[in-house]
Amino acid sequence: MTPFLAAAEPSGLTAYIPLIFVFILATFIGLDVIRNVSRLLHTPLMSLTNAISAVVIVGAILVAGPPVSDEHPLWITILGLVAIAAASVNIVSGFLITNRMLKMFKSRKPEEKS
Amino acid sequence: MSPEFRDAAVQVTYLVASVLFIFSLKWMNSPQSARRGVWAGVWAMVLGVGGTLLNPAVAVSSLPWIALAVMVGGLIGVPLSKVPLTAVPQRTALSHAFGGLAAGLVGTAKYYLWLHEGGANLTTFRMFAISAEVILGFLTFTGSLMAAGKLQEILPGRPITYRGQLMINFLTLGGAIACATGLIINPQWFFLFPPLVILSLAFGVMLIIPIGGADMPTVIALLNAYAGLSAVAMGFVLDNTLLIIAGALDGSSGLILSIITCKAMNRSFSNVLFGAFGSAQEAAGGEEGKTVKSASAAEAAEIMGQADTVVIVPGYGMAVAQAQHRVRELYDQLTKRGIKVKFAIHPVAGRMPGHMNVLLAEADIPYDDLIEMEEINPEMPQVDVVLVLGANDVVNPAAKNNPKSPIHGMPIIEADRAKTVLAVKRSMKPGFAGIDNELYTMDKTLMVFGDAKAVVGDMAKALAGDSGMH
Repeated sequence: MTPFLAAAEPSGLTAYIPLIFVFILATFIGLDVIRNVSRLLHTPLMSLTNAISAVVIVGAILVAGPPVSDEHPLWITILGLVAIAAASVNIVSGFLITNRMLKMFKSRKPEEKS
Repeated sequence: MSPEFRDAAVQVTYLVASVLFIFSLKWMNSPQSARRGVWAGVWAMVLGVGGTLLNPAVAVSSLPWIALAVMVGGLIGVPLSKVPLTAVPQRTALSHAFGGLAAGLVGTAKYYLWLHEGGANLTTFRMFAISAEVILGFLTFTGSLMAAGKLQEILPGRPITYRGQLMINFLTLGGAIACATGLIINPQWFFLFPPLVILSLAFGVMLIIPIGGADMPTVIALLNAYAGLSAVAMGFVLDNTLLIIAGALDGSSGLILSIITCKAMNRSFSNVLFGAFGSAQEAAGGEEGKTVKSASAAEAAEIMGQADTVVIVPGYGMAVAQAQHRVRELYDQLTKRGIKVKFAIHPVAGRMPGHMNVLLAEADIPYDDLIEMEEINPEMPQVDVVLVLGANDVVNPAAKNNPKSPIHGMPIIEADRAKTVLAVKRSMKPGFAGIDNELYTMDKTLMVFGDAKAVVGDMAKALAGDSGMH
């Protein structure tokens, strides 16, 4: 069993410590990486993180995935499917518009005087 | 495939996806590598989704429905990615709304699913995470819809305030937190869940109502952070490291951008969120009787034609007038004459961080000529002509020398220190913050009245017409 599955056992707070570690460390990486993003690109950065936050589609798939049954009523599946659609909007539009904007950023051509 | 193998495969794809997400953002550090960053993000997402589909909990019979939902989302997403670049702030706000909605719905589904199973899975920690996910998700949903409405001008952009507003806002949020606390104490108190959802939705609306258009850069950044944090909360609910990592990256991005925009306005978070900046009362006090000198576009063009250095300060007015392509023509005419042209970009010019850079890049202006405020200010005394184009508060000297001004202390582009100032403006109406701008009444300032697009077009034409002069 992986440690992450161990955390799935409902055995109190200590089981979640590894996940809290992951969160804290990822936040530090995030702060550091974002601080180095060029100010020129803050608008594309925001549309890119928009697409990245659509990773919630993973959770939505896990909700919509199990077969409909007494334990997993249809309306739960529908909530999951709506969430998948909402997240997909962000994935598609987020990546496309970021790429579209970034294509426009051009450096001065070398032959022009500076 | 054995369950253990499948499990390991899921975790490995998540690991690779997490690393790719980090690289995706890392490569945004320069325009050369940024497009690689987009591809890293795309692959990370493909792996994340692919890995999740490997999960034994996902039934094969559900796959067509999942594919259908993805396609529906994609069909809405494609047109949303083709909006004009002036509309990018509202598109971004709208996306935050979708992200918040997805997180809120998943949190709600998980709660009822586990409750339905008897509630053994609803541990204290998980209930805490679900509550956080639902509050953040749903408040981001309605708050972002409000922000998008204000930016699209479906809703009034001016702050809406009423008596006791702060009190009502705090009570709404307090009510949501009280419901959450009750659920954490006893997850079986399911009657607390619907009010939790409704109060969170209501709080999102009420939070944004009193915030004006000029504060939108901070608000959008903050909503970005909330969307990220709701993904983190979902990660804790589902024991999913990929969600936690991607959400944390997103949350820290929103946090840094909101800190930058707050600093650029010399304000605190609480002031942006609860200050109702630029409300009508503040706009009243203005000195009158100061004379303003004005010039025609052709006269202004002549002045620029004789300069050695011209600095253009673009603001939201340029975006509204869609003037960026005319600005490019002016830029071409001036550089053709050997005049050095630079753009001074204030961190909160426009309606979201970096908005001006994208518009100018769209007009093919090389990014080497887009200069940040801190870099351009020391050069200002040597600049012959500053052309203020639809910017107002970000060049208002009152921020430096009038302690009574509501924007006092806000860092500005010091246009007033240049030798000559040309300001293009529709009329003498004060800007978004509703504050008089003494830059316009200075001796060295000439106002050019008119629509930014028309005026700049005329300037470029005038310069093209007498190109032999210089």
